[in-house]
Amino acid sequence: MGLLSDPNRRRALTSLVTRLNTPLCVLCYLVGVSWVMGLAFEPFMLRTYMSENAMGSTMVEEKFVFGERAISYTREFAGQKKKTGGMPVDWLVKTMKSRGLEVYTQSFSQILPFPDEVKERYMVRGTNVYGILRAPRGPRTESIVLSAPCSEGNNNNQAVGLLLAVASHFRSQIYWAKDIIFLVNEHDLIGMEAWLEAYHDVNMTGLRSSPMQGRAGAIQAALSLELSSDVITSMDVALEGLNGQLPNLDLVNLFYAFCQKTGVLCTIQGKLQRNDWDTLPGYTHSLSTMLLMVLKQGSGRPQGDHGLFLRYHIEAVTMRGINSFRQYKFDMTTVGKLIEGMFRKLNNLLERFHQSYFFYLMPSLTRFVSIGYYMPAFGFLALILVLRALDLWVQLSDPARALEDGVSEGEQDSSPSLLSLATPVIICHLTGLALYILPVLSQEMAIQHFPVSETEAVVLTAIAIYVAGLALPHNTHRVLSGAGTERGWRSLKLFSLLYLAVLLGCTTLINFSLGFILAVTMIPVTAFIQPHTSSKVLHGVALILVSPATTLLLSIYLYHELIEYPVSLLECWQHFLTAVSQGILDHHLYGSLLYPLIALFIYPCWLQFWNIVFWK
Amino acid sequence: MAIHRVGVAVFVLVATAILAAESEPNQVESEKLQDVSGEAVFSDAEGGFKTGDGASITVPGQAEAPPHPVETGQADSAGRRVSIEVGSDRVKQPVADEELENLQAEFDLQDAPQQSEPVPTPRDHFAEELVIRPLLSGDIYTSFQFRTRWDTDLHRGKKVSHYRLFPKSLGQVISKFSVRELHISFTQGFWRTAQWGQPLLSAPPGAELWVWFQDSVADVDGAWRELTSVLSGIFCASLNFIDSTNTVQPSASFKPMGLGNVTEQRFLRYAVLPREIVCTENLTPWKKLLPCESQAGLAVLLKSEKLFHSSYHSQAVHIRPVCKDTACRETSWELSQTLGIVFDLHASGQSKREWSLFKMFSRTLTEPCPLASSSKVYVDVTDNPLGEELFDLSPAVSLQTQAVVLGDRRTFTVYDLLTPEPYGPTRSLNILLKWRQQDSVDMQRPVLHTERYVSGYGLQTGEINTLLYNSHPFRAFPVLLMETVPWYLRLYIHTLTVQSKGKENKPSYIHYLPSKDRQRPHLLEMLVQLPPHSVTKVTVQFERALLKWTEYTPDPNHGFYVSSSVVSAMVPSVVAMDTNSTEGRPLFTTLFHSTEESSYFMRVYSEPLLVNLPTPDFSMPYNVICLTCTVVAVGYGSLYNLLTRTFQVEEPSGGLTKRLANVIRRLRGVPAL
Repeated sequence: MGLLSDPNRRRALTSLVTRLNTPLCVLCYLVGVSWVMGLAFEPFMLRTYMSENAMGSTMVEEKFVFGERAISYTREFAGQKKKTGGMPVDWLVKTMKSRGLEVYTQSFSQILPFPDEVKERYMVRGTNVYGILRAPRGPRTESIVLSAPCSEGNNNNQAVGLLLAVASHFRSQIYWAKDIIFLVNEHDLIGMEAWLEAYHDVNMTGLRSSPMQGRAGAIQAALSLELSSDVITSMDVALEGLNGQLPNLDLVNLFYAFCQKTGVLCTIQGKLQRNDWDTLPGYTHSLSTMLLMVLKQGSGRPQGDHGLFLRYHIEAVTMRGINSFRQYKFDMTTVGKLIEGMFRKLNNLLERFHQSYFFYLMPSLTRFVSIGYYMPAFGFLALILVLRALDLWVQLSDPARALEDGVSEGEQDSSPSLLSLATPVIICHLTGLALYILPVLSQEMAIQHFPVSETEAVVLTAIAIYVAGLALPHNTHRVLSGAGTERGWRSLKLFSLLYLAVLLGCTTLINFSLGFILAVTMIPVTAFIQPHTSSKVLHGVALILVSPATTLLLSIYLYHELIEYPVSLLECWQHFLTAVSQGILDHHLYGSLLYPLIALFIYPCWLQFWNIVFWK
Repeated sequence: MAIHRVGVAVFVLVATAILAAESEPNQVESEKLQDVSGEAVFSDAEGGFKTGDGASITVPGQAEAPPHPVETGQADSAGRRVSIEVGSDRVKQPVADEELENLQAEFDLQDAPQQSEPVPTPRDHFAEELVIRPLLSGDIYTSFQFRTRWDTDLHRGKKVSHYRLFPKSLGQVISKFSVRELHISFTQGFWRTAQWGQPLLSAPPGAELWVWFQDSVADVDGAWRELTSVLSGIFCASLNFIDSTNTVQPSASFKPMGLGNVTEQRFLRYAVLPREIVCTENLTPWKKLLPCESQAGLAVLLKSEKLFHSSYHSQAVHIRPVCKDTACRETSWELSQTLGIVFDLHASGQSKREWSLFKMFSRTLTEPCPLASSSKVYVDVTDNPLGEELFDLSPAVSLQTQAVVLGDRRTFTVYDLLTPEPYGPTRSLNILLKWRQQDSVDMQRPVLHTERYVSGYGLQTGEINTLLYNSHPFRAFPVLLMETVPWYLRLYIHTLTVQSKGKENKPSYIHYLPSKDRQRPHLLEMLVQLPPHSVTKVTVQFERALLKWTEYTPDPNHGFYVSSSVVSAMVPSVVAMDTNSTEGRPLFTTLFHSTEESSYFMRVYSEPLLVNLPTPDFSMPYNVICLTCTVVAVGYGSLYNLLTRTFQVEEPSGGLTKRLANVIRRLRGVPAL
């Protein structure tokens, strides 16, 4: 401020900003990107540690020995599932009851906005079964959840079997201080959403479900179990929840601590930890692990049943048993011990998880990057927008300087009218609104006129609106104020840059990965586009390359590269179509915010830049 | 009862007439009782009650004393509690005239030990008993009761200094604080109504204390404050945490259970500490109040290592004045100490499903307390009729008795410990229950039961939901619901809704006392009619207040407790519900609308709630101080500087040389440059 109050110094500063603007921006971008790359370098990371005192050590004597029983439950469950052709509700109720649990069922039904072709469902009707183990001498105020999905085919039978075996072991213990809810949910996430909504007596997604009978107070933590084989080679942990929410880092640490104790190999993003951080392969390994997390978190999709708990401030992770070709296998007893240990520690929780980090990235299970370390990277990227905006502001407020800069300007035009600026902004946002509303709304009409299925209709409508947005009559200012003025596009660009900065800033605070992906693609191009007549095509192509849809396409490609399952361009396009339909479905089924964010804000903002390119 | 007009229904818990053991069932003068029952729940003064949205509900019907002469039968020799329901709806219930009274005794002991010897009876008596009820879930419920009665007056200025059986610590408390009635309970765990049926005595999780003071007490709040501190010392509990923020004066839900004619609610104080943990340190002082402590009698079973290896533990002390004799001209004091425990089948790792005293308490009974005038063990064998036995009971004794417990006629096998018979040749009594079936049988769902939860998510608002289940197939009955909510949950009382079967169910009586920040809690009482076979949902929304940072508990992220809501009701009995059970009974018994067991008084407690409040990160103050200082120093300082500075053109002053030259010139007396 002292700097600014001196007219001389202010002048010097502004001249510095305007003259060195481009080099500064390039520098910021390079620093920002390399900062993120550097985060995956082990000396720059923090080692994970347990913050919660109640979880301090793993000194628990695990007594679970019922691996065989778990397998027999699995067989029985599989048989019953085959017999009933779905969830064997009666059998589950009977089995849980005979184990001494308080058993309740909850039935629900949901009609999807359009058929889900991946999971082949449209009208979903199902039943969740849950048994509550009441804590002896507990007043029913707190509980922990262990859930296992009842999936199609033979998936996750072992998870249910192990859940039952663990339940019967837990039931005969006296030390529980919190009620434990054993939940078998049907139709994976839809069932989970139905159960959670009924438990908290809210209705956000238009689900219809029977009123819930038994409750067990405030849920403190939840584990979701996925197991599809009798033996496993490693245990994978999935963290990313709805809208990129993450569970408290202490819960992840707890999982890691007990994996260490029981000797189970544990992975994150399906990747084992490597010790050779100082070699290039070691570095790329941790970088790709981190990038995978960024991509998954950025997608805003829950990566397991746990993902929906996070909205209710219930810390949860999904544990996924992996059975690969590795020699050494772990049996059900070991997995049971792992669960028992974690539950006994969770049972000791005096307070909700609140000590450790809620915002972090994990390049490996023992290392993490906290919000304080990754935010500067975005800060540098956002600085570009601010610098460009400052430059534009200076040019606008001091036209003489703009003239000096060599930009041809015939006459000193008056400042552009509000109307000529507001019109493109409004048109862009209306296009976004159409993109948000029309695909689902007009699917009926689309399938009448075109030989496509509902899902294809929705996706293709969305793409059509997206592309049509590019061809809209953007140059309204010509009609309104004669011709596109220099000041006009500068004002519009100034507004758009600040708008983008605010949008990305807010997004990054909530979901760093999403914000960062958008920032790293959109910022460099949007910062430098100008309505040049000569390189209009070049600018246009560059802008299209960073449009949200292209970013999605490239992210899908990168994701498949990172999981070492490369796809061809055509497959990638197929995945892209699926991703669009899943994104819309996620929004309607679970309240994912990615689709509305893109459609209502990011895309219109991008259209404004498109408008600037074709200003003249 | 389905058309019972709740506004006129009056619940009165009347003083019981404790009769001398030898006396026959007798009739207490109706005037005397009229005094007690004359105070209706709804006094005229409270004819109109404000509801949340400003409308006022007028209690229908006349809020006068019941017009009918109230006659009451005798209670029972064990007479713990007698409840009388006075229905005064003449139009709807013509039959009710004759059948007004409904007495129920928890234990109907016909044959108390004979004490009618000419020797002067001692002025105090002690009786002990243990009730064992096998629950159909396979668990077992044991309920101890130790009762001391003392025929003296602790209040009339006489200084009582000689204590025999009655504990001196409590006697002094009664006389010092002019307590008329005192009920205190410590409970660890929640009674699982759906699995276990009704408890003999219900209590909320945590500590509950309610006291009626004498009408001579001028400063009730002061007396209450001191009393809680004293009791906190006696019972080694955190009762001193009871202050004005969790004390209420219920207008209708709690009535005196003993003798007395004051029902003015300003002499009543009620508080619950839902967070109180009950453990051995509370049990030991409780045992010390017993005449034989835990040296002899039933109390030898009370070893804490076993008692706390259970699913439910509830200990209580009740002190109340009772009639000394049938004439009821003098009062005696009755102290009853109760302890209810449920032992868990699964946690004890039983495959054979058998329970014995030794297994439960790791002790057997060898002798009664020598000071006891009665010492008995009852085993509930109602679910074990001859022919289709669910369990085997040994040692077998022939003595059986029947009693009406909570509207259900139950049969008990009695072991009288004062006689040598139950001990057998081994000189020790180890009652053994062996289940024949291996599977648990589902318990019949109780007629009234509640459930409570907080709905919504996020830390700004929420909703308290109370579900009231009436599972009676055809009878509606009214219940009094009382909710006490701490001030930091700001109730939006206009959002109060009561719904049964999807329709609005307007409470006929609402008493709402809003909270005052940091002073008193919300108190919401309402009388709701529960339709038959229905779920009634009472919801009210709240906003979570942001506390001052010193007001948070040491573990703020654990959440804050909201105490259990209390549901008091006259519940239609299970016996009346069962229409097939008339067989074997004389036909004329079905002529009357209300039989002996037609309805009974019951109090049900819901779960306490754990609510998270918005909690600051407590390491934050440091960060905030740093940040604020920086912002103030840099931002504000320079802004202030900019705003207040006056810019003026300054003559360029010379450099250092010039200044030096000036100094020299001044020294020389030459004018400066």
